[in-house]
Amino acid sequence: MIDKRVPSLEAALAGLTSGMTLMMSGFGGAGAPVNLMRALARHDARDLTVIINSLRFLEGQAPSLFDDRRVIAAVCSAFRGRGATPSAYERQWQEGALKIELSPQGTFAERIRAGGAGIPAFFTPTAAGLELGEGKEVRSFDGRPAVLETALKADFAFLRAAEADRMGNIRFHGTQGNFGPAMAMASKVAVVEVGVVSETLLPPDRIHCPGVYVNRVIHAPETGEILG
Amino acid sequence: MVKPLSRDGIAWRAAQDLEDGMVVNLGIGMPVLASGYAPPGREVVYQSENGIIGVGPEASENEADPDLVDAGSRRVTLAPGGVIVDSAAAFAMIRGGHIDVTLLGGFEVAANGDLANWDMQVPLKGQLVGGAMDLAFGAGEVRVIMQHCTKDGAPRLLNACRLPLTAPACVTRVYTDLAVVDVTPKGFVVRELLAGLTEADLRAKTEAPLIFAADCGVLAAPV
Repeated sequence: MIDKRVPSLEAALAGLTSGMTLMMSGFGGAGAPVNLMRALARHDARDLTVIINSLRFLEGQAPSLFDDRRVIAAVCSAFRGRGATPSAYERQWQEGALKIELSPQGTFAERIRAGGAGIPAFFTPTAAGLELGEGKEVRSFDGRPAVLETALKADFAFLRAAEADRMGNIRFHGTQGNFGPAMAMASKVAVVEVGVVSETLLPPDRIHCPGVYVNRVIHAPETGEILG
Repeated sequence: MVKPLSRDGIAWRAAQDLEDGMVVNLGIGMPVLASGYAPPGREVVYQSENGIIGVGPEASENEADPDLVDAGSRRVTLAPGGVIVDSAAAFAMIRGGHIDVTLLGGFEVAANGDLANWDMQVPLKGQLVGGAMDLAFGAGEVRVIMQHCTKDGAPRLLNACRLPLTAPACVTRVYTDLAVVDVTPKGFVVRELLAGLTEADLRAKTEAPLIFAADCGVLAAPV
């Protein structure tokens, strides 16, 4: 019988080691896997690469990851820290200790989708001829220049959803989905934290991400304060 | 003393140009205010880059749901007929030409329609690009809502942008607190000028040359 439920956050992170690449979903707090982020802060893995839309959400939930310099690289569409003074990760970026690749959000989302869909790279007009397109191959299609963007993949993906069943089928509430389904596809181990673990299998028309992309389901009802 | 339009006034004016049945993406900041001001009887579908197709009004305190937010992380409601997709699908919609108009905030717009609205080049602070580039490259039309000048009084309608571009030659119309200005092959054409302001006043606050339309109207807003 298929049963992807795991009993603890520690079990949800089993096999996560130094040097790995981790994807984390979330937009404006919705769908942010805050319990998994906090569990990662308590873990001892270092030299991590994180793929997350806005880096400051991770800092808000797990500041020690940056205070202890455990993140060495990030791919994101935003890394503006809170407030006017530089945050820990902004200082590390300035020092060159943290490498950050800024990707336009649509390109970011599509790179993850491509990673999960077996597309190694694709051309997009976004950023062609501009700073964020520099150093990338450019070709014209229908007379319009486009830049070559490569797929993103990860060892782990962290998602948050409203509900999941033992097969890993996920139901999102509101805008929780955002980058989650693509990240689940693009990662070797996709972990979803949910408010409710369904005792029965979810009805098919309530499933937003099929369980074949999901490896672990952890019950984590508490979200607490989500800092943006 | 001439009173410039308020933030809501600029958003109101932009909303008057949204047509029945349009699919419209609203950027964060002033643009999201426009959703409250579309003329009665016009059904406009507001898209949000995080996956909402059919953003409704901002949620009241007792209906606010932390898992239902728009591009600006505001807690919102879903409009009748609304649906939610994931981010990859939301941007496929944006790049794929399914958005009629995006209303975006701006730092600078050049006379050829170049837009700069993502990188203020704040020293020692990280960058934020979000979905602005995909929208500026992908939407059917890009209209900009912004103050005519910076807080320090420097013009924002320029001969050429100084800040890094979001997308080249993409803007069709700019709504400011002082004027409605179209981007045309001849440069900026003023369609409406704030009541009480002279052409010379507007030129003094604009770097790029301005052409005043023969039928240039009076800009005013009820809010």
